[in-house]
Amino acid sequence: MGVIGQIGQWFDQRLQLAAPIRDAAEHPVPRNTASWFYVFGSAALTVFLLQLVTGILLALIYVPSASEAWSSLQALNHDVTLGWFIRAMHGWGSNFMVAIVLIHMVQVFLFGAYKFPRELTWIVGVFLLLMTLGMAFSGQVLRFDQDAYWGLGIGASIASRVPIAGPIIVKLMLGGPIIAGATLSRFFALHVFVIPGMLIGFVCLHLLMVLKLGINEWPMPGRLVKRATYENEYHQLTRKDGAPFVPYAAWKDLFFAAFILLAVAACALYFGPFGPTGRPDPTIIQTAPKPDYFFLWLYGLLSYLPPAMETPALLIGPVVVIAFLVLLPFLSGEGEKSWRRRPIAVLTVLLIAIILGTLTHLAGYTPWSPHMNAWSGDPVPDKFLHGSTALQRQGALVFQGKQCRNCHSIGESGGQRGPALDSVAVRLTQDQLIRQVIQGGGNMPAYGKNLSPAETTALVAFLETLHPAGQAPARDAARDMVLRESGTHQ
Amino acid sequence: MTSENTISRRGLFMKLGILFNGLVATALTVPIVRFLLSSVTRGRASAYLSWVPLGRVSEFPEGETRLATFTNPYVTPTDGKTAETACWVRRVEGEQFQVFAINCAHLGCPVRWFAQSGLFMCPCHGGAYYRDGSRASGPPERGLFEYPYKVQDGLVTIQAGELPTPGSPTASLFGNKAPCAARNELVSIESKLSASSETNALLRKTKTWA
Repeated sequence: MGVIGQIGQWFDQRLQLAAPIRDAAEHPVPRNTASWFYVFGSAALTVFLLQLVTGILLALIYVPSASEAWSSLQALNHDVTLGWFIRAMHGWGSNFMVAIVLIHMVQVFLFGAYKFPRELTWIVGVFLLLMTLGMAFSGQVLRFDQDAYWGLGIGASIASRVPIAGPIIVKLMLGGPIIAGATLSRFFALHVFVIPGMLIGFVCLHLLMVLKLGINEWPMPGRLVKRATYENEYHQLTRKDGAPFVPYAAWKDLFFAAFILLAVAACALYFGPFGPTGRPDPTIIQTAPKPDYFFLWLYGLLSYLPPAMETPALLIGPVVVIAFLVLLPFLSGEGEKSWRRRPIAVLTVLLIAIILGTLTHLAGYTPWSPHMNAWSGDPVPDKFLHGSTALQRQGALVFQGKQCRNCHSIGESGGQRGPALDSVAVRLTQDQLIRQVIQGGGNMPAYGKNLSPAETTALVAFLETLHPAGQAPARDAARDMVLRESGTHQ
Repeated sequence: MTSENTISRRGLFMKLGILFNGLVATALTVPIVRFLLSSVTRGRASAYLSWVPLGRVSEFPEGETRLATFTNPYVTPTDGKTAETACWVRRVEGEQFQVFAINCAHLGCPVRWFAQSGLFMCPCHGGAYYRDGSRASGPPERGLFEYPYKVQDGLVTIQAGELPTPGSPTASLFGNKAPCAARNELVSIESKLSASSETNALLRKTKTWA
């Protein structure tokens, strides 16, 4: 035996770990689980380890103080050698981790792996997802910039809606009466000690159960899970058609892990670190805060919920979703595993993916937000003024000056909060335009107090010109009739 | 050996040991919980709130709405710039003011004042408010939060110190506006509407002549 072997033996005599590690590595797994579909769990673990390492590296420089955090991030980006790269790896690692955990969850769901006897593995997994999201949110706070500051305000506003306990939760969350030093300190503690500690514990539990209960076999349509017989069937399967996990299946995990790390590094190199955006100075109000990618859908949802629905949806929605996820293995702990025979499961996943995707896409360009600078930045295009009268031009000025452009676009520029007005004259008659401008309605504020009758007249005269060539503006036919009868119409 | 009804010396010590640890743990829980809740208990009876000056009355022209900033009355050493807060001061006339929190009543984003259209607009989800802070449109369920104010020795001072949120007890202190435009707003719109029928007639005339 060589020197290395002897040293190894010396350690193992004391640690006695070689045998259990070998058993774990070589435990038989069903042959058909050596699939590329089964690599997401280990990939999530790989990215988590990457986050631990890059997180510790960042902590060498980062200062968790509301007065210094932003500057220390700037130092990381610009002064410390490759500080930007470590920040970028950590930021992109976070995005990858959320994505991979979600993909892993979808795969486990569609392959029926949450069914007996792996219910607890699934439940622990649900908590791992929640902790991953918790890490993503608290990490966004540690990037202490304007988005982080106002994001905390959004968090506090949501938390404050909890009946009775709301104000207490807000103060616990902020560590004081306002978003300030204590807030950042407690989010630092959460992000660096509390949640990672729990994550490590839960990951160990999750892995332990995967080892003890075995990897879920490839689901075959028609092979139903029954509590009484499943474990026996699984053991027979691994005995008859099993192969040692290492190296039979593990090589795919290894390759995918390396590929994911490379992908994170490539994104970090190419796109660089996230932010920080502007200094977290609450007196700078020229800001439009936005959450990070994985919370964009929520940001979108919050602008589409009717006001009366919002508080119930915010407070009851998450409870229902989490309860459903936790109860899922008890609601359908037996039966069909294959996604080929579970159309509702497949449709549910597709529906959720489409909803989240659409809301995320919409939150990318926030059609519900006024464009704050459109009134001074996007002039009325020439073609809308060609051949117009003095009154109509005056109206175009009112249109611009009264910030109508912030919510309404014409000529494809301006806000999208309200409808585009390129052909508004086709939709609304003169009377309807006047009523809408003065009284508001739908989602439009009333401008009655801020427009003089002359301004209203001019504005409406301009709006009446907004119709496609060859398409007549809307007319109140009844009024025309009355006017004709009274003989005033030419 | 222990039978069902007797307990061994070691078994008793074991139980006593667990009991002892339980007592110590309970005793230690009290300071830990009190420490954790300090940010809540400290603020009881509005202890976070106090009167802070915003500036001289003359700095706020009548009929206009201006941005003002103040330092939060409760500050910790690491707060840095976050101890500063902005607010909108509307001087209605004379010594009559309205001081609005910068935070949208929807989800707390900073609202901006547009003097030309007389609206506060929120960049996050498109909430809009009239010049008197009442809700104009969008997702907010109420008007802007209003700080209580007083004019003392020519200084505008407000009672502030807590982040105004929809559910905070001070939210009611900040004035709760009806979800739609306030009554006087409606009255004024009605009068404007009757004015608009004159406008209407005028427009009709213009058209007829053309």
